[in-house]
Amino acid sequence: MSLYDRAITVFSPDGHLFQVEYAQEAVKKGSTAVGIRGKDIVVLGVEKKSVAKLQEERTVRKICTLDDHVCMAFAGLTADARIVINRARVECQSHRLTVEDPVTVEYITRHIATLKQRYTQSNGRRPFGISALIVGFDCDGTPRLYQTDPSGTYHAWKANAIGRSAKTVREFLEKNYTDEAIATDNESIKLAIKALLEVVQSGGKNIELAVIRRNQPLKLLESKEIETLVTEIEKEKEDEAEKKKQKKST
Amino acid sequence: MALSSVLQSESADFSFNNDRSFSFGCRFGQTNLGFGAAPGDRLNFAIKASLGPDDKDGPERKIEFLHGTTTLAFKCWINFSVAERNHQRTASKATNFSSQEQLALLNQPAIPFVIIPQFQHGVIVAVDSRATAGAYIASQTVKKVIEINPYLLGTMAGGAADCSFWERLLARQCRVYELRNKERISVAAASKLLANMVYQYKGMGLSMGTMVCGWDKRGPGLYYVDSEGNRVCGDLFAVGSGSMYAYGVVDSGLRQDLSVEEACELGRRAIYQATYRDAYSGGQVNLYHVHSEGWTRVSQEDVLKLHHQYQEPKK
Repeated sequence: MSLYDRAITVFSPDGHLFQVEYAQEAVKKGSTAVGIRGKDIVVLGVEKKSVAKLQEERTVRKICTLDDHVCMAFAGLTADARIVINRARVECQSHRLTVEDPVTVEYITRHIATLKQRYTQSNGRRPFGISALIVGFDCDGTPRLYQTDPSGTYHAWKANAIGRSAKTVREFLEKNYTDEAIATDNESIKLAIKALLEVVQSGGKNIELAVIRRNQPLKLLESKEIETLVTEIEKEKEDEAEKKKQKKST
Repeated sequence: MALSSVLQSESADFSFNNDRSFSFGCRFGQTNLGFGAAPGDRLNFAIKASLGPDDKDGPERKIEFLHGTTTLAFKCWINFSVAERNHQRTASKATNFSSQEQLALLNQPAIPFVIIPQFQHGVIVAVDSRATAGAYIASQTVKKVIEINPYLLGTMAGGAADCSFWERLLARQCRVYELRNKERISVAAASKLLANMVYQYKGMGLSMGTMVCGWDKRGPGLYYVDSEGNRVCGDLFAVGSGSMYAYGVVDSGLRQDLSVEEACELGRRAIYQATYRDAYSGGQVNLYHVHSEGWTRVSQEDVLKLHHQYQEPKK
């Protein structure tokens, strides 16, 4: 089997592309990112890795804009992500130039996915070790969330998570993504925080959140806002627990 | 790259260079047009100078069938919100959609005169059908409107081969765009694709002056594109050797409140007048109307018949 994972262009006898699968393993080691598609808002949340004492916090950014109306978060190798983001940004502008229209979220996702696929089928190159969550609004105002992975496939999602413990977060989302949960912008943001709190160690300090509202550029939430929301969530949890206790006792 | 992805297949292409990402492929040899046409290929239909007066340039004379054309296109407005949006979109290009039509005059050999004013009812396209090689009338029945797809038209003025080749290539690109993006291409994008394609051959002798007309989600669209690299959005263009005569007629007759029949008649009259005075325009007047459902072929009338029609009342 080890003979078949050297050159990526080669299939293994049982039909695997091992390099692509190893790339997906690399993604699983990255810090968690979650994306939620609300009604008038799209939310991206990432787990902030703790920075060294002397390191400037601002240089580590896992949520990036691709254009005024599209942005993405990634999980996996940061350096690979930088390249992909660069190409995507150029493509967004190139599209504006030749077609005189901003990109649709699907178009730019397709472009990124095609780029990734190219690298799974070429000599001497390894696949990109990132999965991306691409969110934004199309010209007609529809919110969109797409996910790509190192193999070059992409799908649209209502809510998804990538990176470490993505499975846990996704299960949480499957249980809790309801129409009421995304009824308002605030609720959607809280859902994202709740999902991340499942897996993040020390609460609000390690969460970075960004939202795009229709016709507005990306907004990164300040840590104070996140803290407020986290306390709100915790209070709601306590209230829920209280209610349950009362129900049990009565 | 949007342009290179349009012109190339999206499958694994390993000549992909990293440095291609910052230009739209104006370098020769980078963009694969898929026809094996290397830049520098002169698609000349050259013949020896046995026809017509000798060219001072040399023994070869291009058969530029569409010289001496008059092509005309104009938009008609309505106080639609569509027209408003269209106006706002084109306002930045200083296009007035009031009664001033923009006439893009090509200094190209006479080409059938096609006027396409844009108007609330859409776009009217009128062309003649004469092809000349010098003073020799090569054909009186040339089709100078290319049906790119059911909602996009292109007119031809300049070299026949250049026009028909590039516009058919444009049709291919438009179809690929439609398949990839699951929606129709906009008139702006289609004209941009054409302009970018021919710009790579700038200075190499292409001769093409075309108007891309259509209806997309922004309403009626009219763009003038030529082989010099011009691409202009406007409400009225007339292209070709007879364009001056056509402008005169259209300018005096164009109003805000034309009905479709009146606008068609205006286009027809303008072409007729151009063929009357311009030696290089003639044949038949082909009239098209582009509206929200696509384009329709309105009429094809022989210029002689129109002549009798217009001159009769005067007697």
